[in-house]
Amino acid sequence: MAEPFLIGDRMTGGYGGADILHGCTVAVEKGEIAVIVGPNGAGKSTAMKAVFGMLNIHAGAVRLNGEDITRLSPQARVAKGMAFVPQTHNIFTSMTVEENLEMGAFLRRDDISGTIDEVYRLFPILKEKRRQAAGELSGGQRQQVAVGRALMTRPSVLMLDEPTAGVSPIVMDELFDRIIEVARTGISILMVEQNARQALEIADKGYVLVQGSNAYTDTGRALLDDPEVRRTFLGG
Amino acid sequence: MDFLNALVAFANFVLVPATAYGAQLALGALGVTLIYAVLRFSNFAHGDTMAFGTMVTILVTWALQAAGVSFGPLPTALLALPFGIAGTALMVLGTDRLVYRFYRQQRAKPVILVIVSMGVMFILNGIVRIIIGPGEQNFADGERFIVTAGEFRKMTGLSEGLAIRSTQGLTIVTAVIVVALLFWFLTYTRTGKSMRAFSDNEDLALLSGINPERVVAITWIIVAALATIAGVLYGLDKSFKPFTYFQLLLPIFASAIVGGIGSPLGAIAGGFLIAYSEVMVTYAWKKVLTYTLPDNLAPDGLVQLLSTDYKFAVSFVILVIVLLFRPTGLFRGKSI
Ligand SMILES: Nc1ncnc2c1ncn2[C@@H]1O[C@H](COP(=O)(O)OP(=O)(O)O)[C@@H](O)[C@H]1O
Ligand SMILES: [Mg+2]
Repeated sequence: MAEPFLIGDRMTGGYGGADILHGCTVAVEKGEIAVIVGPNGAGKSTAMKAVFGMLNIHAGAVRLNGEDITRLSPQARVAKGMAFVPQTHNIFTSMTVEENLEMGAFLRRDDISGTIDEVYRLFPILKEKRRQAAGELSGGQRQQVAVGRALMTRPSVLMLDEPTAGVSPIVMDELFDRIIEVARTGISILMVEQNARQALEIADKGYVLVQGSNAYTDTGRALLDDPEVRRTFLGG
Repeated sequence: MDFLNALVAFANFVLVPATAYGAQLALGALGVTLIYAVLRFSNFAHGDTMAFGTMVTILVTWALQAAGVSFGPLPTALLALPFGIAGTALMVLGTDRLVYRFYRQQRAKPVILVIVSMGVMFILNGIVRIIIGPGEQNFADGERFIVTAGEFRKMTGLSEGLAIRSTQGLTIVTAVIVVALLFWFLTYTRTGKSMRAFSDNEDLALLSGINPERVVAITWIIVAALATIAGVLYGLDKSFKPFTYFQLLLPIFASAIVGGIGSPLGAIAGGFLIAYSEVMVTYAWKKVLTYTLPDNLAPDGLVQLLSTDYKFAVSFVILVIVLLFRPTGLFRGKSI
C-alpha cells in the first residue's frame, strides 16, 4: 500500500522530561478524515504537536506527501501546506473575525478576498460577525473562527485538536458537517476528538491512543463495531 | 465678568499647561505600553531612552543653528527631530540585539527583563551625561508665544490674561498627529495588525507565519520615535535635564498603568489623568476662588493642596489607588 499523505511515523518524545509518546503513529490519506481518540492525558494533543513540529521527537519521523519534514519548524510546515488549530488559545480574541482570517493568511502575498469569501460561505455566521472582536463570540462561533483562520492558507492538511470542545450537541453536529464539507474539497483532516462515538462515525480512519501508544487502529466503522473498543472507550 | 476671569485664570494656569504636559506623558506612556504589549516587560529604561533621543535632537539642533539653518517661527529642533528618532532607533535596536534578544531566546521571565532594563537604564543614564553633561539645556528657539497674556487682555478687556506658548500648541498638535498615525498604523496596516496579533497570542501568531523578530524590531522603532518625540516636546516646553527625564519615569508608568498597561487608549487617558491631577493638586487656587466665591468667603491662604516639590507624590498616590481597586487599569490592558 502507498504511504499516507501525512504520517507521524512511530514518534517518540515529549516536552523535555519523560517521554509522553512511545512509538506512536498517526496518519491521514488525501481528502480523508482521520480521528484520534483516547482518554484524557493519553497524549493526543502531544501527538498533534509532534506532527506539527512543536516539540522534539527523538525517534520516528513525520512525512508529508513522501517528503521527510521531521526537522522543519512549524512555520515552515505552514508554508508546506499544513494548518493547525490548537486545542486552546486558537483565536486572536482582541481582533475582529475578519482580522483573524487576515492573520491566518499572513504568509500569502496574493489576493485573499476569494478565500475569505469561501470561509464565509462555509460559516455564514462569521460574515455577519466579521467586524466583531472574536473574543466576544460564543464557543461554537469561536471554533468556526479558529477553523476559518487555519483554512486561510488554503492548506492541503488541516489538523484540529478537539474542535468541538465545550459546544452544545447541536453545534457539534453542525461543526462535523462543516468538517466533512472541507474534507470533500480534497483537504485531509487529522482531528482529535473527545466525542469519540460521533467522531468515529465520520472518520475514515481511527486511532485509539493510550499512554502515548497506539492501542487500536482501524477504520472508524470497524472501531465502532469492535466490542473491546466499545466496552473500554465508548462506554458500552 | 468675575466668572470669566476665573475661567481664564484656570485655563492659563491649569488647563493649557496640564494639557501640554498630559500630551507629553501620553506619548511617553504609549512607548511603555507598546513594549509591554509586544515584548511583555515594563521597560525602566524608557525615561532615559527619551533623554537619549532628546540629546541627539539637541546636538543636531545646535549643528543646524551653527550652520545658520532656522525653521522660521517654529523651533529648529523640529528639523532635527527626524535625526533624533533615527539615532534613537539605532540605539534601541542595538540594545535589543546586544541585550534583550539573549533573554528573549532564553524565554526569560518578565521580572528578569525588567531588571535587565534597569541595567540598560543606568548605562543610558551615564552615556547621556557623558555626552551632553548633567546640566540643564535650553534649546527652544523661534516664536515664543502664540498668544501672550498682554495681547489676550487687550483683545478681551478682561483683567486676567491667557498666555499660550508656542511649545504648548506645538506639543498638542504634534501629539494629535502622532497618536492618529499610530492608531491608523495599528488598525489598518498589515504590519500593525501583525503586531496586535503577536501581542494578543504569540503562539498562534507563530503558527500563522508572523515573524517575531520583525515584530519586535518594528516595535522598537516605533517606541524610539514615540520616546524621542515625547522627550523633545517636553524639553522644548520646559527644559532638558537628564535627571528630570529619569524622574519622568514615575508619572509615565503611572499613566500607562492607570490606563491599563498594554492598552494604547489607556496610555493616553492615563497621561491626561495624571497630568491634570498633578497640576490641579499643586496649583494655588486662591486667584480662581477669589473670583468665583462671594467676598466674605474669599480665601486668605494660597489654597494649594500640595507644594510643587511633592508633585511626584500625586502619581504615586493615584498609582496605589488604581492598583488596589482596579489592577487592570481603566481600559483593562494586556494586549494592543
Ligand atoms: N506543555 C507541556 N509540558 C509538559 N508536559 C505536558 C505539556 N502538555 C501536556 N503535558 C503532559 O503530557 C501528557 C499528555 O497530555 P496531552 O497530550 O495534552 O493529552 P490529551 O490531549 O490526550 O488529553 C499529560 O501527562 C500532560 O501532563
Ligand atoms: Mg488534548
